[in-house]
Amino acid sequence: MTLNIQDIRADFPILSQTIYKRPLIYFDNAATTQKPVQVIRAISNYYEQDNCNIHRGVHYLSVKATEAFEEARKEIREFINARVTHEVVFTKGASESLNLVASSFGKKFLKPGDEVITTIMEHHSNFVPWQMICEEKGALLKIANILPDGQLDIEHLYSLISDRTRIIALTHVSNVLGTINPVKEIIAHAHSKGIPVLIDGAQGVSHISVDVTDLDCDFYCFSGHKMYGPMGIGVLYGKEKWLEELPPYQTGGEMVKDVTVERTTFNELPFKFEAGTPNVEGVMGLRAAVKYLRNLGMDNIRAYEDELLKHAVERLSAIEDMRFYGTVPEKASLVSFLVGDIHPFDAGTIIDKMGIAVRTGHHCAQPLIDHFGIPGTVRASFAFYNTIEEIDKLADAVKRVKTMFE
Amino acid sequence: MTIHEIENQLVDEFAAFDDWLDKYDIILDMGKSLPPMDPKFKTDQFIISGCQSKVWLHAEYRDGMVFFTADSDAIITKGIVSMLVKVLSGQTADAIQSADLNFIDRIGLKEHLSPTRSNGLSSMVKQMKLYAMVFKMKG
Repeated sequence: MTLNIQDIRADFPILSQTIYKRPLIYFDNAATTQKPVQVIRAISNYYEQDNCNIHRGVHYLSVKATEAFEEARKEIREFINARVTHEVVFTKGASESLNLVASSFGKKFLKPGDEVITTIMEHHSNFVPWQMICEEKGALLKIANILPDGQLDIEHLYSLISDRTRIIALTHVSNVLGTINPVKEIIAHAHSKGIPVLIDGAQGVSHISVDVTDLDCDFYCFSGHKMYGPMGIGVLYGKEKWLEELPPYQTGGEMVKDVTVERTTFNELPFKFEAGTPNVEGVMGLRAAVKYLRNLGMDNIRAYEDELLKHAVERLSAIEDMRFYGTVPEKASLVSFLVGDIHPFDAGTIIDKMGIAVRTGHHCAQPLIDHFGIPGTVRASFAFYNTIEEIDKLADAVKRVKTMFE
Repeated sequence: MTIHEIENQLVDEFAAFDDWLDKYDIILDMGKSLPPMDPKFKTDQFIISGCQSKVWLHAEYRDGMVFFTADSDAIITKGIVSMLVKVLSGQTADAIQSADLNFIDRIGLKEHLSPTRSNGLSSMVKQMKLYAMVFKMKG
């Protein structure tokens, strides 16, 4: 099926505005995606019709809201093909999911001298929590390198594995390079050595059809707001056996002890990891986002975004002195680049004034930017509502940057 | 000239241009006109770190006036640095401390001085005023 981009754009009210007297072109999708009216309406409908604290009352609204909340969990289970619904835990976002696993896994399984493996291409969210828990537990954090084209150095990664390796934590898709890592292969290899694998899917779920059962990952973390859903809601998928074993991350403390009925509830999965009143509006919005994505079809989205990426690479590489970071064929729809020696902050500021939102800087991946020895990059990340014409305008803006600064 | 007079002069230079890109062309020119900074001051000791671009700032106190030299690794930042130096360098410590620097706002560049812009400029202004205060205290 070919996507009808004009119809899709009509679903995203924010895209129709002008900034600096120019039509807004939004290419900062890897930071956060825009929200379709379906998501916005799901949130306002919830507050207009269903608002209630869930899992608690016996009254009409409470039952209705609880049902909708748990129905959403089922739909998210289907979306990522988890085996059972209670393997889907709601969190604040990928960062919280990653912190939860690092903290709870580290507390239970990391001993002095143990090792955790991650990669140089991680977002700080999948780097710092491991760095901290390793420091706390006297464990060693080992970092897998990348090759010059931005692909993970798998041989190096495998060479880091030892009999002290307790977990491997890596990203599905790099937020700077766009590289799609061969996670299924890595997971199979790690499992053959009895090592669990966590996947940071923050940049994965919005671009690729994710099947956690097929991947066989032990944990998969993602945020709602990077997949057309609201901010402040995310998911931790964990295999039941791991979630059962991990201690709670946050507790309801005395509240749990006081309310006997609730204590029983909290001890079960997934509620063990969902202390306190959850972000119900967020879950309603996320549910609508998942429905929206499933309607479009992840494979159709991928095919169209690949077209956008191909066009962007073609147009931008025709400009002299462009330096690209992350050039593997298997990549998500983003380009990270520098225009000659022009500072990314300068380039980004001018591109912004041309009405185009791009991201500049280290993209919360300082170890990776340091690895390249650059002050940062300009990153244009595409979504299915972007168009070929918008990419042409980006190429024009980059040319303008060149004439201004050279 | 007083701080206020230099500010007005800068505002006038920008007033003729409506398009943002033209305004940035002026900023780039301002960056080019910034007197070069002695390389010995372009060290970590004199750096004001922003998340995205770096600023180096050095100050001297002569005859009751504060003189600044500065630089940045990004050209737009350097342009704004140049304006701040033009406005504040060679002024008395008292005048620097009480300057409200509203010309940045009048030109429409307020966003660049916002702490969230993370280009080191908002910290630069604080640092310039701090220098003025310290020089004044030391006499």
